[in-house]
Amino acid sequence: MNRVVNVITKNFNKYNIESIDEYVKLGGFEALKKAFELGPQGVIDEIKASGLRGRGGAAYPTGKKWEQAANVKGDRKIIICNADEGEPATFKDRYLLEYDPYKIIEGMTIAAYTVKANEGYIYIREEYKHLHNKVRRAIELAKKAGYLGEKILGTDFKFDIKVFSGAGAYVCGENSSLIESMEGKSGRPRIKPPYIKQCGLYNLPTLVNNVETFAAAASILLIGSEEYTKYGTSESKGTKLISLCGNINKPGAYEIPFGVTLREIIYDIGGGIKENKKLKFLQLGGASGAIVPADMIDLRYCYKELKDHGIEIGSGAILVADETNSVVDFIKSVQDFFLHESCGKCTPCREGNRQITKIINRFVAGDASITDLKTVEKFANVMKYASFCGLGKTAPTALLSAIKHFPVEFYQRIYKVSR
Amino acid sequence: MEKFTTKRSLFDKIDSILEKHNWNKNDLLAILLETQSNISQNYIPEEVAKYISIKLNIPTSKVYDVITFFSALNDKPKGKHVIQLCKSTTCRLNKYQKVREILERELGIKMGETTEDGEFSLEYTACFGACDISPAFRIDDKVYGNLNETKIKEIINSYRRINHE
Repeated sequence: MNRVVNVITKNFNKYNIESIDEYVKLGGFEALKKAFELGPQGVIDEIKASGLRGRGGAAYPTGKKWEQAANVKGDRKIIICNADEGEPATFKDRYLLEYDPYKIIEGMTIAAYTVKANEGYIYIREEYKHLHNKVRRAIELAKKAGYLGEKILGTDFKFDIKVFSGAGAYVCGENSSLIESMEGKSGRPRIKPPYIKQCGLYNLPTLVNNVETFAAAASILLIGSEEYTKYGTSESKGTKLISLCGNINKPGAYEIPFGVTLREIIYDIGGGIKENKKLKFLQLGGASGAIVPADMIDLRYCYKELKDHGIEIGSGAILVADETNSVVDFIKSVQDFFLHESCGKCTPCREGNRQITKIINRFVAGDASITDLKTVEKFANVMKYASFCGLGKTAPTALLSAIKHFPVEFYQRIYKVSR
Repeated sequence: MEKFTTKRSLFDKIDSILEKHNWNKNDLLAILLETQSNISQNYIPEEVAKYISIKLNIPTSKVYDVITFFSALNDKPKGKHVIQLCKSTTCRLNKYQKVREILERELGIKMGETTEDGEFSLEYTACFGACDISPAFRIDDKVYGNLNETKIKEIINSYRRINHE
């Protein structure tokens, strides 16, 4: 099996993004033409056949999502590309924005045509400010060349895209918080229902997808779902863009077919652990993802096999930690992140993060008690089940999996045991 | 550090930003980001926040709700160049603490402080997605990664040279 593939990344470093003609020469906008030939239902069927699931972390089937969006009634609909990639250890969307912005534009236009939307936004995080103007420029060039704006490719279809800048808030990666911030408010999640698909930006029907999802949709239409599903496993079809980083020799974003093992990812793709040290653990899916001990690296990277072991693919981040790292100290950096990023709207997340941080600080100082271990687990479970949005629900994942796989490290920091 | 003084030219600039956004209160975040980028100390002074709230006909408390919620907006002055060091998960594994020590030594300030001449502020930030070149920091909008002592000194000196030109 090929370990690194080029389906959605095939244009990386192949063209200058200042030249839309070069993108067209590489097959650019052929997928859009095909979408116009297939018609909206044809596109939905093709995406469904590809098995594509949302690449932002929630993994909702994209074909189904687009079909629902197409069926929502409304004269004015919105498409949003979520480029608020804020999950620590995740940077794969940055590569797409940097090296193939037209593919994102093309994917969004296909989605807009499919669900009958005429307005689009790319919500790019403030931290990627250096990319804002590059993407704006790509939009401008696409408009000039007739791939955006009025009468796209000579049809009656019109669609326009604007870049919207985030302002440094991880919770805005959550779709309803993202929309709140676009409406001039602080980014706190909304109560659902009503669902965004019916009542999103300015209370209009809104479809939000991740950067990679739009790029994958355009790639699938270009090569056809049959070709796309030759990659991957029967349950997890196609390819995934991963962000590989940490104590690894060759960090970077790589496109892999689902089904390769974590070992292959770390040692064959990533070139192994820095300074030939031993692997201790991985964290999959970013700071909100599970800690995976070294003895589990023969698991295959696909939705089902990981899920069977309580692990999610999430954003596609794979963070590698060597033997010199303490699990407890690592959990502190996860906890500091969530304490900073909790929006404060719901009590389990706001107070849970605050109290868990206090307890973890005692573990870091080697001053914790056995009760602390029980309490921290209890609070983490309350957060997991009672938080309002995905941030609070997934914030304690790393902690709970760390206690499960590395209990000794926590016991060693308990005052009475360590002395 | 010099106190913020109201300059007519700044309010003219804010007017043009508001006009560009058609005085649309939905665009508050974009308006605040653009306004802040026109203020050398990287913050929204109280009188500016009040001015925007009056012009958009929204309560000042709502403007502050937004300013204080988002990390990229500040309600207190910062140095001319803000150095943001990442201490999130990946940078922790790649020993961000060494970078902090070098920065603090080189600038003569601690985390959270601003140099006496007002040139640099040093602070922590959450992940800015440069994990492939970790450990990394951001100065204003520019990201620097794969940091070591020599590289950090060169980067700081390059900003000092710009400042003295």
